[in-house]
Amino acid sequence: MKTETYTLNLGPQHPSTHGVFRIILELDGETVVKATPVPGYLHRGIEKLAEARTYTQVIPYTDRMDYMAAMLMNWGYVAAVEKLMGIEVPERVEYIRVIVGELSRIASHQIAIGAMGGDIGALTAFTYTFRDREYVIDLLEMVSGSRMTFSYFRIGGVAADLPDEFFPATRKLLNEIPAMCDEYDDLVTGNEIFQARTKQVGIITPEMGINYSLSGPTLRGSGVNYDLRKARPYSIYDRFDFEVPLGTNGDCFDRFRIRIDEIRQSKRIIEQALDQIPEGPIMAKVPKVIKPPAGDAYAEIESSKGVYGAYVVSDGSPKPYRVHFRRPSFINLGYLGELCEGWKLADVIAILASIDIVLGEVDC
Amino acid sequence: MADCNITSELVEAVKARFSGIEIQENNDVTVPAGDLIPFMTEIKENPDYAMDYLTNLTAADYEDRLEMVYNLASITHGYTLTVKVKLEDKENPQVPSLCPVWGGANWQERETYDLMGIVFTGYPGHPTRILLDDNYKGYPLRKDYQWEGGREA
Repeated sequence: MKTETYTLNLGPQHPSTHGVFRIILELDGETVVKATPVPGYLHRGIEKLAEARTYTQVIPYTDRMDYMAAMLMNWGYVAAVEKLMGIEVPERVEYIRVIVGELSRIASHQIAIGAMGGDIGALTAFTYTFRDREYVIDLLEMVSGSRMTFSYFRIGGVAADLPDEFFPATRKLLNEIPAMCDEYDDLVTGNEIFQARTKQVGIITPEMGINYSLSGPTLRGSGVNYDLRKARPYSIYDRFDFEVPLGTNGDCFDRFRIRIDEIRQSKRIIEQALDQIPEGPIMAKVPKVIKPPAGDAYAEIESSKGVYGAYVVSDGSPKPYRVHFRRPSFINLGYLGELCEGWKLADVIAILASIDIVLGEVDC
Repeated sequence: MADCNITSELVEAVKARFSGIEIQENNDVTVPAGDLIPFMTEIKENPDYAMDYLTNLTAADYEDRLEMVYNLASITHGYTLTVKVKLEDKENPQVPSLCPVWGGANWQERETYDLMGIVFTGYPGHPTRILLDDNYKGYPLRKDYQWEGGREA
């Protein structure tokens, strides 16, 4: 018996799209025949706006891409400008950047874990991870004065030194992180219904992951060991002892699970950084007006979503001639259409949640 | 930051096979648009280079040309390479689409077309706008793009 397919518009306003994002689904019964993702609803033209700002004025715009891990967004951009100008940042700055960057990664993964639980029907998980995330954000607020859009990084350094109370507070939180992760595992990872919804669903093979330029937990869930902190250690990541959690099946469950493990690894990195952090200046010697020599530079870091890069072109003036951001959420989403084909409508929600997108970053 | 650019010897070896390419001091490679697909296929498939990962794809608008920028990486070997293509014809800029080589090129080429107006040829139905509305006029990242309400660049 032949039946007609029908079209379902998922989004742009839908809680499980994590923002304004649309997927046009062509369905045969409940099975997806074709999925067409439509991004762009949050496009603000940050790359164009940057051309009319000074180099330092661009930093707050980077906060507004992946606003769940804004510290990391700052980092990728300033790293590119520093590379262009040949600036070596002081030791203490590297440690501060690692500490706040990893805290940002923890906060971002907590959202990913809670939101995926919520999307799949375990809304309780959302309340637990958001409760814990508040403690992480408290620390970042202590450092930067903001709870979301930090703008804490500067070209050549950071805006302010870590306050004295930051150290005991961070150590206290780190001590609680293993129990937090165990709680997420007990509550969600081990849940039979959650496993039934995510195991062997939305499988990404390592070959397709690499072919589609996927990165972050989305790629590592398929077992591809590609984490820039290990593959091409930037900043001072070669000084820390940590592991890169990898999945085996490339399904939604593995992508979910390794985020919890990454929180545990981030905890290890922060502990070592707190032990090793030296005294010293928090800014390199940079000119009052940032005017990089004419030329271009591309720098990349490992953000919570994957490889986050910034391409900056200078014409020697105080304003960037061209800025491009390589946003991992955007590129990871490029595989969504193909990935959803053949799965059930309910699986699309699990697949989208497992990729962990932030629309601010997708649309830029 | 560790220097992980592809070693000079490897770059020289590629140059022997593709006479049209130029190599800058920092080992960035400029490739003629016509050689792009064979060049990319070679450095991707040849196990000596194994540039299996297209990290980034974008473009910049200069006075005399548009320039494509491809940032590649080798997950196998760990090193990176920047490939550029100069497009002198600013009225009608065209470059072969890399979609047959890397699936990851698809959305990035659509974004570059959408904002910079570079046409990627050789891939069916490609490119289309991705971030802006389908009826949008113009390419905002071009330097001559006129816009209201912004600051003077």
